[in-house]
Amino acid sequence: MATDRGEEHGGQSQDAGAQGGVTVTGDPLGGDTPPTEAAVVSSAPDLLADSLADYTRIWFRRVRSGESGALPVVLGLVAIVVYFQISQPSFLSASNIANLMGQAGFLITLAMAQTFPLLLGEIDLSLGFNMGIGATITVWMVSIAHPFPTWVAILAGVALTGAISAVEGLVIVFLRIPSFVVTLAGLLGLNGVLLWIYEQTGSVGNGGVIQLHNNFINDIVSGNMSPVAGWIALVVVVVLAGVFMITRDQRRRAHNLASPPLSVTLLKLAVMATIGVVLLLVLNHNRAASLLVTLEGVPWVVPVILVLLAIASILLTRTKFGRYMYAVGGNAEAARRAGISLSRIRVLAFAICGVLAGVSGLLYASLLGSISNNVDGGQYVLYSVAGAVIGGVSLFGGRGRIVGAVLGGFIVAVIYNGVILIGLGAAGQYIWTAVVLLAAVTLDAIARRGSSAT
Amino acid sequence: MVMAEGSEGARPADADRAPAGTGQRAAGGLGGSAPLLALRGIGKSFGPVQALADINLDIPAGQVTALAGDNGAGKSTLIKCIAGIYQPSGGQLLWNGQPVHIHTPKDATQLGIATVYQDLALCDNLDIVQNMMLGHESVKYGILDEISMELLAKQTLRDLAVSTVRSIRQPVGSLSGGQRQAVAVAKAVMQEARLVIMDEPTAALGVSQTELVLSLITTLAERGHAVLVVSHNLTDVFRVASRIAVLYLGRLAASGPATGFDTQSVVDFMTTGTSSRLGEHRKSALSGGFTSGTEGWTDGN
Repeated sequence: MATDRGEEHGGQSQDAGAQGGVTVTGDPLGGDTPPTEAAVVSSAPDLLADSLADYTRIWFRRVRSGESGALPVVLGLVAIVVYFQISQPSFLSASNIANLMGQAGFLITLAMAQTFPLLLGEIDLSLGFNMGIGATITVWMVSIAHPFPTWVAILAGVALTGAISAVEGLVIVFLRIPSFVVTLAGLLGLNGVLLWIYEQTGSVGNGGVIQLHNNFINDIVSGNMSPVAGWIALVVVVVLAGVFMITRDQRRRAHNLASPPLSVTLLKLAVMATIGVVLLLVLNHNRAASLLVTLEGVPWVVPVILVLLAIASILLTRTKFGRYMYAVGGNAEAARRAGISLSRIRVLAFAICGVLAGVSGLLYASLLGSISNNVDGGQYVLYSVAGAVIGGVSLFGGRGRIVGAVLGGFIVAVIYNGVILIGLGAAGQYIWTAVVLLAAVTLDAIARRGSSAT
Repeated sequence: MVMAEGSEGARPADADRAPAGTGQRAAGGLGGSAPLLALRGIGKSFGPVQALADINLDIPAGQVTALAGDNGAGKSTLIKCIAGIYQPSGGQLLWNGQPVHIHTPKDATQLGIATVYQDLALCDNLDIVQNMMLGHESVKYGILDEISMELLAKQTLRDLAVSTVRSIRQPVGSLSGGQRQAVAVAKAVMQEARLVIMDEPTAALGVSQTELVLSLITTLAERGHAVLVVSHNLTDVFRVASRIAVLYLGRLAASGPATGFDTQSVVDFMTTGTSSRLGEHRKSALSGGFTSGTEGWTDGN
């Protein structure tokens, strides 16, 4: 696949610690790319309907009865984007969209990470500083005089965050202390560890900042796929998804099992393809401010997120581990009686959460072009919870899909950027996020109440 | 032959029943094989508290045995002794005539004893197939094999004549109480249970849901499973049970074919441990090997 990674562009490399200054904006389309067939597997209308009309009818009935799925999130996202676009016409410009993708990357990954403990009814409050530690280790390893190979540095950072969360998981499981308390201690302790690392590496003298001079890591957010590579990737993804969904449906039909009507499957593929095409058309446009350079293509962070989403989706919906995650979150006692090791599932969930936090840290460092000792881990962990909950992941465990977390994380990113773009600053950003979070939870609660009343 | 159990004076009578096979023949009027599960002198004490004493009970395959008793009579303790949650302090369990020791719930499952507790232990957020296969998923190349699991679940439900669910891919949380009970039972059957113990299966159900569960219980027995139903509801007990055992204060007040009881006598046994009405049924009771174990009512009355 042709790549185009050498590019750097100024808007991306922000000074360390200056997260507040991030601008730029949102595209409703990027985030809700329906990613994998996996996310669709467990939704009932697929299997109850015989035709597209039937499907639509069942879907409306489910929405009315409170099983609205991703609908409120998508509608909310559209509403927010429309508002920002009206307030600030540059909101949906190609450069804004590209920049938003970069900023959404780490927030979406954080929301995905938080989804794993949340599905068990647990929480990881230390996620934000864990992310900071992983990013610091990786950036430090590639920035010292004799740098480690990039892949070693990345693996080390991700392994460290995974190990830290796994240890938290072990403490939760074996000392039987609520995850809230253990990870609250983690939040404080890891903040301390983060500061200590900067003292040890002598980076405090530089203002507590380690600059990132590694092209590979920088290019995750700042580099773009070449336009041609983008088109090829889109075609490959859509064809693969299509082949997979259609053969799966055919196999189900061959066994006389209910399967979604072909029209529904085709519609889903068409939506997926359309979103991809629009995104590519916009981002493949040359968006450089100067005539001297070319700046075009989809930022690498987009395929990175989609791959993470596909892996997490398959893990949660198509493997034993994923099934047990939902079982433990839904009814731990039932899972225990079915012979499932609750401890193993819990520790694994925290480990995965840590690994994703490490990836998030990598995307964060790539976005900033540096990493510092004032990573606002306390705020980011709250964004991770907000993203997951906005995306429909229940705080009480057992409910929610990873694609929801991606959408929720994307909404947080859109607000994060859009509010600043229309000139409201940090105050507006917090308030907006709060309102959307509250609205999402309220909608969900009302819908559920409605469904239990009937 | 009427035997008194549980009182000192009646002990010798136990000797008649000691070989599992003969006891079964007398009790159930069945063929010569041993009952699937036989309890012999099972007792359970928690410290100084004697929760169960000297329980002798046969649970034959292909029949529904009802275990009745007032609150605190020891019904739950007894099924927990069978399910491996408690260890009996004395006595013996015979599985197909062979003495067995059930130390853990897993031992019970491996023998083929499945217990459906009142809380059902279902995950509301998972669908019917996912619940039925929980812990026994089939996997191909690390990926769940949904098709084979769905076919298996479908077949099991069909065998049990459970047809009221619209889609077996709907979450269990959306099912009615009776349907949930059916899923819990189907889950037990799927794991090759030969003895299904059901704790108050109809306690929280409406009329039509109760019908569903009762017919399910009957189907289970017809398919050759042994079923032990713990219930307060005497109407239901008489509807499905071919054998009835009544516990009173940790002792077996009476046990025998359902035909040997009527509602009033069961109520008497449950509340006082004895029944004055027993005389009226004595003839049939005798022929069926009816036993009663109370201090006030002994052999020869």
